[in-house]
Amino acid sequence: MGGLTHLTMAGALDGLAKKEFTAVELAEAHVRAVEAIRPLNAFITETPDRALEMAKASDTRRAKGEAGPMDGLPIAVKDLFCTKGVPTTAASHILDGFKPEYESTVTSNLWRDGAVMLGKVNLDEFAMGSANITSYHGNVVSPWSPGEPGNWSRQLVPGGSSGGSAAAVAARAALGATGTDTGGSIRQPASFTGIVGIKPTYGRCSRWGVVAFASSLDQAGPMTRTVEDAAIMLRSMCGFDPKDSTSVDMPVPDFRAALTGDIRGLKVGIPKEYRVDGMPAEIARIWDQGIEWLKAAGAEPVEISLPHTKYALATYYIVAPAEASSNLARYDGVRYGLRVEGSGLKEMYENTRGAGFGKEVRRRILIGTYVLSAGYYDAYYNKARQVRTRIKWDFDEAFRQCDVILTPTAPSTAFAIGEKMDDPIQMYLNDVFTVPASLAGLPGMSVPAGLGSDGLPLGLQLLGRPFDEETVLRVGQVIEKAAGTPALPPFVA
Amino acid sequence: MSLDKATVAKIAHLARIKVPEEELDHLAGELSQILTFVEQLNEVDTNNVPPMTSVAAQKLRRRKDEVTDGGYAGKVLSNGPETAEGFYVVPKVVE
Repeated sequence: MGGLTHLTMAGALDGLAKKEFTAVELAEAHVRAVEAIRPLNAFITETPDRALEMAKASDTRRAKGEAGPMDGLPIAVKDLFCTKGVPTTAASHILDGFKPEYESTVTSNLWRDGAVMLGKVNLDEFAMGSANITSYHGNVVSPWSPGEPGNWSRQLVPGGSSGGSAAAVAARAALGATGTDTGGSIRQPASFTGIVGIKPTYGRCSRWGVVAFASSLDQAGPMTRTVEDAAIMLRSMCGFDPKDSTSVDMPVPDFRAALTGDIRGLKVGIPKEYRVDGMPAEIARIWDQGIEWLKAAGAEPVEISLPHTKYALATYYIVAPAEASSNLARYDGVRYGLRVEGSGLKEMYENTRGAGFGKEVRRRILIGTYVLSAGYYDAYYNKARQVRTRIKWDFDEAFRQCDVILTPTAPSTAFAIGEKMDDPIQMYLNDVFTVPASLAGLPGMSVPAGLGSDGLPLGLQLLGRPFDEETVLRVGQVIEKAAGTPALPPFVA
Repeated sequence: MSLDKATVAKIAHLARIKVPEEELDHLAGELSQILTFVEQLNEVDTNNVPPMTSVAAQKLRRRKDEVTDGGYAGKVLSNGPETAEGFYVVPKVVE
């Protein structure tokens, strides 16, 4: 049964349909895999009993001919999605002991379609980070780290904030995982771990029941090992939700059907501003390689300009903390989670939040509080919202000249835990290629494109017009095919 | 923009986060660094540019003003660190 954890979702669905194995057998193999990857610290909460129970129910449905589009597929859930009766921590001390009485819409959709929950995976605290080194539950180690677990010569980061999701999928402990992306938190870890990750258009996936970070940016999406699997899982996650006022009421396409392989005549935008100063040669090389692959498949590269690219990061680091400072005001020690007593109500709030939030979260709440405070609101927050409009206009203009945009996903391969930690700006630069599309609400995907000179994965990013995930996925699959079978990480379950 | 220790202490109080005195200096340095970084936005001409309110081109939906959910105080309170008789309990506010 060892091979079951190396299947794709599409392959597993075939096997289940042909009765080559049962959903219970598939779940058992994955429950063992989850245990085997414990050295990576990818899971915060394992739910083996629930996995087996859900798998059993799946087998019953399949026997009756009532199998859903993801029936029997074991997945991991980022611990930012509220799951009824299962601890939900957002990787923060402040949510200690929190067991939601409700289920997020995205996870409800996945269970409706038959998916099986293996557990809740680690992340940066409140999804704030690009390396999965800010979790209260400890760092996640990438399965790409050289050496043996426990005896690694270097412990590499899996990227962040969806680092546990990325590590679990890359290490073959889950067929897929949910992620969330605020400034690149699905795409950058996908690039670092050699998997596929797509952030859909803002409004496609409901944010209801997802612990909020920056509400105008947060968007859920799937992390899988192939583009086809991303299409399968994305379809189940998406859909209109009246409980989220920013959810968009439009039909969800059959994304898998969009994977025709035919991209002839498609115009692929290559933004000149993404050739940033000091870009490592191998990033430029893999980007050029991607352009060549798409050309060979009949697409036409066109140079485009996104003139406000260099201001995206600064815009993001005002807008996101501002929204975070407001969203995280709810953690006050009264309604859920940690409470640290004080002499009065105010002191109890301050003690609870002082003890409950980690350094990065504290730093961002303070920046957000500052830029929203009287006297600074216009100079910082309003200015950033205006620049955000200009960034959106840049994309509107670019999409008059092209159908999809190709860029690198991240400015480097994975770095080691401990590197870049002292300087917040250095850490923020990880998101330099992913943030602009987040600000514009556009769909974006990272596809594995090969290995860097250090033998670590590198991804290419595709950006699409609003609600045109289909083109993004179609082009992504062409890159995936051209890049060939991606290498396995040194450590798999 | 450079923030001093006193300003950081004030922001921390506004944000209701207790920050130990010995961390204030370091934090002031980090926050100043971030603010200096974001000040490059002043280079962008934003005359007559509307601030973005919603990235999706849709109007906020309205729903009927009616009760569709509720009646489960127990569930709502189930995660409260201290509750009694259907209420959250907080330290005494009024003498």
